[in-house]
Amino acid sequence: MPFVKLSVSAIALAAVSATAAVARDQVQVAGSSTVLPYATIVAEAFGENFDFPTPVIESGGSSAGLKKFCEGTGENTIDIANSSRPIRENEIKACASAGVTDIIEVRFGYDGIVFASDINGNSFAFTPEDWYRALAAEVVVDGALQTNTVTSWDQVNPELPAQPIAAFIPGTKHGTREVFEEQVIFAGCENSGALQAMQDAGIDEDTAEGKCMAIRTDGVSVDIDGDYTETLARIDSNKNGIGVFGLSFYENNTDKLQVATMGGVTPSTETVSSGEYPVSRPLFFYIKKAHIGVIPGLKEYAEFFVADEIAGPDGPLAEYGLVSDPELSDTQTMIADEQVISPAG
Amino acid sequence: MTDIALGRALRLKTSLLDQSSRTRKRNFAEKRFELYGMAAVAFGLLALVVLLTTILGNGLSSFRQTFVTLQIELPQAKLDKSGTGDLEAIKKVSTFGYAPLIDTALEQTMAQLGITIDGLSAKQAAGIISKEAPAKLRDAVIANPALIGTVHEFRLLANGRIDGYYKGAVTMVSATRDANVSPELLILADALKAAGLLATSLNPGFITDSDASDQRPEAAGLGVAILGSLYMMMIVLVLALPIGVAASIYLEEFAPKNRWTDVIEVNISNLAAVPSIVFGILGLAIFINFAGLPQSAPIVGGLVLTLMTLPTIIIATRASLKSVPPSIRDAALGVGASKMQAVFHHVLPLAAPGILTGTIIGLAQALGETAPLLLIGMVAFVKEFPGAPPEGFFDPASALPVQIFNWTQRADPAFVERASGAIIVLLVFLIAMNTVAVLLRRRFERRW
Repeated sequence: MPFVKLSVSAIALAAVSATAAVARDQVQVAGSSTVLPYATIVAEAFGENFDFPTPVIESGGSSAGLKKFCEGTGENTIDIANSSRPIRENEIKACASAGVTDIIEVRFGYDGIVFASDINGNSFAFTPEDWYRALAAEVVVDGALQTNTVTSWDQVNPELPAQPIAAFIPGTKHGTREVFEEQVIFAGCENSGALQAMQDAGIDEDTAEGKCMAIRTDGVSVDIDGDYTETLARIDSNKNGIGVFGLSFYENNTDKLQVATMGGVTPSTETVSSGEYPVSRPLFFYIKKAHIGVIPGLKEYAEFFVADEIAGPDGPLAEYGLVSDPELSDTQTMIADEQVISPAG
Repeated sequence: MTDIALGRALRLKTSLLDQSSRTRKRNFAEKRFELYGMAAVAFGLLALVVLLTTILGNGLSSFRQTFVTLQIELPQAKLDKSGTGDLEAIKKVSTFGYAPLIDTALEQTMAQLGITIDGLSAKQAAGIISKEAPAKLRDAVIANPALIGTVHEFRLLANGRIDGYYKGAVTMVSATRDANVSPELLILADALKAAGLLATSLNPGFITDSDASDQRPEAAGLGVAILGSLYMMMIVLVLALPIGVAASIYLEEFAPKNRWTDVIEVNISNLAAVPSIVFGILGLAIFINFAGLPQSAPIVGGLVLTLMTLPTIIIATRASLKSVPPSIRDAALGVGASKMQAVFHHVLPLAAPGILTGTIIGLAQALGETAPLLLIGMVAFVKEFPGAPPEGFFDPASALPVQIFNWTQRADPAFVERASGAIIVLLVFLIAMNTVAVLLRRRFERRW
């Protein structure tokens, strides 16, 4: 039977080429879905302008990317992990135990986190306190903790429109959630005096801080485990909804969304970079130093990523919504010198 | 009256022409059941119609794209400063060096045509052209350095928002609110269209080009995804068919019927029902971490899908072997054929249509699978085309369902259209495969 012979020889051929697996010649990247669009823009331009092949970029979240990054060194492990938060101490340890000791940390810019609602709905001017009062699981009333029962924004702050509270916030697997809890909810808790009030009511500091960041689970606030396109779809079907988005996502959908001010400041790349807009976070990628010189194009890709013409204020990344890092030149020298982060003390 | 007398009296009253209430009730129940069935079918059809109309409505436009034709000067002073025509020197000029050439060309064209639009700077006007254009220019110059110093006509992609304007996704009203386009730009597009320089036409690039970043939805294509899916299907076919058929023939024709074969049989049926993501976890553990095969490669995807398709093929093959009547085997054995001859000369050819149908359905199922590919790194941005097989099996590639999944997650609304277009392509492949399966069955199947 010719087909049997054909398939047997094909399997044999595949097996032979598998043992002599060709050396990998393209950079492989995985990690944060927030960094993904920036990384693809850079990878595309890199492939166009260099003789190296275009890097392969996977998403899947910061934690998943760093976990993959820390699996070890070698050609079948990734070279770069994208992350929307700094690497954690325990991740550095996990890396080290798998033999990934020299890690170069690159901060390439900042991302603003914005609150946006349907374009035809009410406009909002928020403060972190409003969000804390609206979404906290328990609030202090007359010196005692009570379940939060507010249902409308004007109950939170009389200056806000009388619109039912329906918040779409990132799920716990997203790096954005951490920033939202720390920079909005916790800040609101502190500023509104709720933290102090809880401590006055005899709750110890750690518990009080935990209570501050506990989000109500009675359906007023909905966790979105998907990406921003899902949040956008939710707002589309519930016109009262207010969603948490990345600045770049908002800037690509300004015809459907209107953005809320935070503390009186409208989010934009300018206000985030000047620090006036309070909710933002740095974006990173991490390079395996052991792979530099082994995987062709790795260092060139990293250098190209933070070059002024890419990550600078007039580059394509800023055009897409990245807030460029004012200390970009330091980052450039850091990559050129291959400075690694100090091992976990 | 006694009961019997009562019964007789009742019976006398009934007539065949006159339905009793019980008969009417039964007939009505039957009618009702028919209606339920029709409602169920109608609901299914309605869902299909809604699905198809949304997909076709959203996606058909992705096969057409808006292009701008421009005369672009390629000055030697900018592209080849040394003037030696040395390719390495020409390559040093990046796409950032080519972008201003397009801006200038557009400005000149506008001046020639006498188009002046208030409140639109030259830099903003350049927003009408795709960000892909400088790369296209650079590729053309590197492929043919003789172009330097001449004025050449280029057909460039228009920006995704301009394209959306001609497809109805962007309007003058939405443009006033959109940060990426302005009504002035749309007026410019209309003026260029009137001058014949801008036109929407068929876009083969959607099928042949590779993926593009978030900034240039207009340039994104399915090339790498189609090639990746094709490579995986080749691997699945070459591995799953022989292994599956060999296993079924042994189990059906040669294996003794005992507890072991029963256990194997139950396990195969169970495997067919295992969620596909489990095969992805298995693939990651065995093929990547243990065997050291590369990530994101069609070879690993193909192997994982092979594992997933095997039970389907084995079950289909065993069913079609079973349907060959024993008299065929007995006749062959009776005239002195060995068992193997009986199987390969008589039973297998008669079972072949059923086996092929099962294989094609298994392949179609594997073609639409995303979950197992998630874990082996194929859900990624892959711009580079994989090489020719067999080496190409080890290069990174994407797959059709993966590409759809990726595009639905992009921020730019133009990717919604692209994702629907990709679904159409995937559906066309699936329909084609299933049609082949049906035709094979019609043409060759024998009933006993």
